[in-house]
Amino acid sequence: MADIALKSSGRTALREPTAWGRLKTNNNWLSIWFMLPAAAFLILFLAYPLGLGVWLSFTDAKIGRGGEFIGIENYEWLWDDSIFWLSVFNTLLYTTVASAIKFAVGLYLALLLNENLPFKAILRAVVLIPFIVPTVLSAIAFWWIYDSQFSIVSWTLRHLGLISSNVDFLGDVWNARWSVIFANIWRGVPFVAITLLAGLQTVSPSLYEAATIDGASAWQRFRYITYPLLTPIIAVVMTFSVLFTFTDFQLIWVLTRGGPVNATQLMATLSYQRAIIAGQLGEGAAISTAMIPFLLAAILISWFGLQRRKWQQGESND
Amino acid sequence: MTYFTRRTLVKGGTAAAAAGALTGPALLDWAKAWAQSSQWKPEKGAQLSILRWKYFVQSEDDAFVALMDSFTKATGVKITIARESYEDVQPKASVAANTGAGPDLFWGLYSLPHLFPQKCLDVSDVADYLGKKYGGWVPTAVTYGKGTGNKWIAIPVCYAGNLLNYRLEASKKAGFSKFPTTTDEFLAYAKAMKAQGTPGGMALGHASGDGNAWVYWCLWAFGGNVVDKSDKVIISSPETEKALNYAKALYENYVPGTASWNDSFNNKAFLGGEIHWTNNGISIYVAAQNDASKKQIAEDMDHALYPVGPVGKPTEFHLLFPLMAMTYTKYPQTCKALMAYMLEADQFNKWLTASRGYLTHCLNAYDSNPVWTADKKTTPFRDVAKRTLTAGGLGSVGEKAASAIADFVVLDMFAAVCTGREDPKGAIKIADRQLRRIYR
Repeated sequence: MADIALKSSGRTALREPTAWGRLKTNNNWLSIWFMLPAAAFLILFLAYPLGLGVWLSFTDAKIGRGGEFIGIENYEWLWDDSIFWLSVFNTLLYTTVASAIKFAVGLYLALLLNENLPFKAILRAVVLIPFIVPTVLSAIAFWWIYDSQFSIVSWTLRHLGLISSNVDFLGDVWNARWSVIFANIWRGVPFVAITLLAGLQTVSPSLYEAATIDGASAWQRFRYITYPLLTPIIAVVMTFSVLFTFTDFQLIWVLTRGGPVNATQLMATLSYQRAIIAGQLGEGAAISTAMIPFLLAAILISWFGLQRRKWQQGESND
Repeated sequence: MTYFTRRTLVKGGTAAAAAGALTGPALLDWAKAWAQSSQWKPEKGAQLSILRWKYFVQSEDDAFVALMDSFTKATGVKITIARESYEDVQPKASVAANTGAGPDLFWGLYSLPHLFPQKCLDVSDVADYLGKKYGGWVPTAVTYGKGTGNKWIAIPVCYAGNLLNYRLEASKKAGFSKFPTTTDEFLAYAKAMKAQGTPGGMALGHASGDGNAWVYWCLWAFGGNVVDKSDKVIISSPETEKALNYAKALYENYVPGTASWNDSFNNKAFLGGEIHWTNNGISIYVAAQNDASKKQIAEDMDHALYPVGPVGKPTEFHLLFPLMAMTYTKYPQTCKALMAYMLEADQFNKWLTASRGYLTHCLNAYDSNPVWTADKKTTPFRDVAKRTLTAGGLGSVGEKAASAIADFVVLDMFAAVCTGREDPKGAIKIADRQLRRIYR
């Protein structure tokens, strides 16, 4: 037996490995196969729909029937469509204001919850509630809160004698905008707070101890320890938060359907209204596609702006 | 046991007033006899699936299910019913038409069959049969029902009327014992109602039903039009401007907040006693009757036709529900048999009664259905099919008209002027631009 084994091993050592043999033991070749399922999944469910959406925006497709290629005609119509530009403005306003406030409130809550509070676990769970409730349900709750006739807020203020007539939450252009932004903030804060809290807990207490011994104030401890160590997670959280807010749909759809007079019409809702409700798939796709540059810009700003420090990628600082 | 011959059947059929005469076993016999004598014989082993809009009046849906059941008992054809909200019927039907698979029948909204006329089964024989037997179709039903080449592509089953709902006592107090019949009187009415602290209001948010119903009425009442006969956009006109100015004057006498109203807001506000007039289907009245605590509202309210504007004729806009069978169905004869069966007097009368005024027939003979006279408050809804104009106004009822309505172009134009965001000229310009995009 040992004889045979020796013989065979001697023979293979002498022979030139075949191309197939080399390929079989090639790690890169093997990894391609391991990546294939994931790649197929991504291509099928992400790249293909995205590509199809972009393609549709160059056609005059209607729901239920394919369209002809019409070049950039849809975009030309959008270019001087005042409602489209209004939706762009609304989306940017909605995203900027809501994301900034969500970040500020979320960070504050995270710092608060990171302290040693009584009933800490319960408090943390409570903070998550707005995030757990399905969007449509919370939107319906807000729908009643903002109702022009039956609003609890108006009712309370009226009974306190502070106002004489109901607040027109969703009927006035700016009231409607602030109202939907508020509802979005209410829903989005827990995500920011809990994720930042997770980040805070990874900061080693010994750093704070050392800083305290050096006589650092609370603000200095935040500024020079907490904030720098938290930047990677802030980058991730804010990227997600901006993306979610930018593409928000359910909340607006339930509350206002983009009204009054398109004052709360976001690009996502306008795209849905034109593509699905009005059946003009090509135009809706063009509006969706027009969101991509904004989203890419948001991602790039978060990643390159907040993650510019090389040490975060394991290299030394400049 | 009652025995039906074909002769008695025909007699029973023509006398539409024979509503509800047949029940239980007698009905089953009738249905079986009908199935035997019907010119459309279900294919062997046939089964059907039908997708309909989701009901607003529960008793209407119950009657619909009972109707389908009786068809199954009479013919042995199993029917599966699916329901979708108003807005979702159209996308589903379009996709089914395009892919050639899905429910055999769709019961949808106004211009649905015109989105894919070539995919709809030719049902001219059914339409002719029903038209002859039941006093003819109302003209708008013919417009909606017929595709190109004089071919019926759908059966216009019924309309859902959208009329004015108002409180009796408050109106009387404001000096209107009868509801106004002209636009001038109507404005005076709105002012008087507001002045005495019992205002009304109509939706100006993206309310696809109530919002579109009243703004199209207003536009047409003053002679404005979205497009002309050849689908050329003609929104930009002095008539449109007049309509907008009138709407603004009306709006100033509304309860605050109507710019945010979706379809259900006015129902809530009317039932909550916050508003004293609005435009709606019969659903407010039905809800008030069903709720013991709202009985008093049901007693103190009534319905009225929309006032007539300077054009001098009714310009109402009611919602048609056409029923279409798809060409891909394996059982075209069964589809036709069901369509005819649904609109036969013995079935349709009961269904109409159960809908309590929510549905209005398109076949003239059903004017005599007792639902329209048993309760005088439903009577105005009897005539909506005869008074309505069609989607697209002067133009075609097809895809573009549907898109313009779904995209709220006219509604937003009115809302922009009423809320003061745009002057009439500016709002017309925006709408004109949007309409050119849709009608390009």
